Amino acid sequence: MAAPEESGSAAPALPVSYDVVKGAISAPLTNQPGDPDRGRSIVLDRERGDCVVCHAMPLPDRQFHGTIGPPLDGVGGRYSAGALRLRVVDPKIVNPSTIMPAYYKTENLYRVLERYDGKPILTAQEIEDVVAYLLTLK
Amino acid sequence: MYIPAQAGIQGFAQILDIGQFLPLILAIWVLLSFAEARALAAEEVSPYVVEDRRSGYTYLSPENQQLQNDDFANPGQLWVEKGKELWQKPESHNQVSCASCHGNAAQSMRGVRARYPRFDARSKKLINLELQINRCREERQRAAPYAYESESLLALTTFLGVHSRGLPVSVLVDGPARPFFEAGREFFQRRRGQLDLACAHCHEQYAGQRLRGDVISQGQTNGFPIYRHTWQTLGSAHRMFAWCNTAVRAEPFPLGADEYINLELYLAWRGRGLPVETPAVRR
Repeated sequence: MAAPEESGSAAPALPVSYDVVKGAISAPLTNQPGDPDRGRSIVLDRERGDCVVCHAMPLPDRQFHGTIGPPLDGVGGRYSAGALRLRVVDPKIVNPSTIMPAYYKTENLYRVLERYDGKPILTAQEIEDVVAYLLTLK
Repeated sequence: MYIPAQAGIQGFAQILDIGQFLPLILAIWVLLSFAEARALAAEEVSPYVVEDRRSGYTYLSPENQQLQNDDFANPGQLWVEKGKELWQKPESHNQVSCASCHGNAAQSMRGVRARYPRFDARSKKLINLELQINRCREERQRAAPYAYESESLLALTTFLGVHSRGLPVSVLVDGPARPFFEAGREFFQRRRGQLDLACAHCHEQYAGQRLRGDVISQGQTNGFPIYRHTWQTLGSAHRMFAWCNTAVRAEPFPLGADEYINLELYLAWRGRGLPVETPAVRR
């Protein structure tokens, strides 16, 4: 089921399309540049990014960090914005067997809870904010 | 071997006379072997680990292990007590209680929990303990079945489980049970929900890793029904399945659904040999 197409609704709009070229989505998903401060709060937000549930991150204000994914310290120095964007949007394009969810995807999912159906985990702008934050981790 | 310094060359020569010391050497060897055997036993005979299978008990804090071990403190015992009453209680229509047919549960129900779910030849379906209890109610006691996850059904299920405590989980998965088992395995492996995770991702591939501060368990089911701190009450395996499904933002199935009974069978087999711990205490 697709999300209803209505403008001005609080629900995230239908996903914008993107192009994957050489392991990256080089074009930003939105016109508004990502905000690293907002990104920082998203990676800590249990209802949104919650990246620390699986990844250790240089965020000492959070006591417990997961050990499922690789630590993200320095990730902004190792990957380009486009490569990071792809890995947040849909890491299964890079590694089909990864445990990591796709944060900007609504199709080819099974039995999604009704209140989340047709909605990506993060909005396009939230993806940009997270990417902007990750780029600060050098 | 300890050689006194003052023994000197002569003493040393005497010690080298092995024959004289043979009984002592043998005695030390025997003692050392015992010590080694006991050290090994301490690791291997832990009933909560069978080959590579680890009960959720092994992931608990010592305080929660104590809580489970102590029948006077384990909160799950409240349901055992209630189940004990229900076992004796005649139903109004025909005055038949569980005990009327099955007598002393400590004997008649020993090992039953460890064998469920099982294929039922009459209905040609897989049934779990809860469904079996309800079938008895309808057919023998002429009483209405209990609602799934009702306090009464949890109480009787827990009461039956207690009579298998310590016995190894051992379900039949071949023959007519096979298709149900395969469906359960398929459920376990299938990605679902907005987070697109299969049970296997966390509980097989990443068991032992930390999700935030908590170590991920293998998702073994030998302790159900469990008293779960998160719930502040006792719950069935199906309640846990629905909780996990919802956590990955997937539509859960109704408690008692065939899909969950199939999964229950697969998980029982996956944890084969682990002891029944009903009522276990979990986070």
